[in-house]
Amino acid sequence: MNRPDTPRSLVIEREMPHPPEKIWRALTQSPLIEEWLMKNDFQPVVGHRFNFRATPVPNWNGVVDGEVLVVEPNSRLCYSWGSMGLKSVVAWTLTPTKGGTHVRMEQSGFGSEEDAYYKGASYGWQKFIGSLERVVGGLD
Amino acid sequence: MQAVADDVFKALADPTRRALFERLSRDGEQTVHALTDRAGVSQPAVSKHLVVLKHAKLVRDRREGRETHYNAQPQALAPLIDWMSLYGAFWRERFDRLESLLKRMDR
Repeated sequence: MNRPDTPRSLVIEREMPHPPEKIWRALTQSPLIEEWLMKNDFQPVVGHRFNFRATPVPNWNGVVDGEVLVVEPNSRLCYSWGSMGLKSVVAWTLTPTKGGTHVRMEQSGFGSEEDAYYKGASYGWQKFIGSLERVVGGLD
Repeated sequence: MQAVADDVFKALADPTRRALFERLSRDGEQTVHALTDRAGVSQPAVSKHLVVLKHAKLVRDRREGRETHYNAQPQALAPLIDWMSLYGAFWRERFDRLESLLKRMDR
């Protein structure tokens, strides 16, 4: 886990009392995405490039450039997430459970498009990425 | 604070500058000459990049004789860390919204 060459990530997991098919729609249909995430021109098609646009807040301009990387209906969705010069990958995994669905979101690989992705993180970035773990620790 | 954050993001968005910063973070203080030897770009280019890093307070310089020595200042990454905390809060809030949307959607 603490291998310096392993990019760490932001993970949020929740149990939701809804079937995966329904959650999949909320994750992939543009008008539904807008209701909970951001305005967008998203399409669940591998290779599709899209924008997410939110109201800017301090330290974030609210613009995300993405490309769809993985589409496995009702189970897995990945897209790149580039914002303010930093690029990451957001991966959604839906796992059916007795009462609904286990939803897992992992945002990982914070770095630039050109490099840094799976390259060894050096001290500065380790320190930065180490802070992600603290963020994760503070989440439900 | 916003201006500082912009400087940090801009400074680190460039792969050459990030490599310089990473190298100073990893190996400690270095002269411009030593940095140029491994940067793969000319010395004026390295100096230019260092000015940007210095402006973002990511490095500090120190004159000694004819040489300028540079030090990494990792605490200047704070805006980036704040930004990550912001992302944590961002996703938690979006998850709440997703759940309330799911409640509203037809089954």
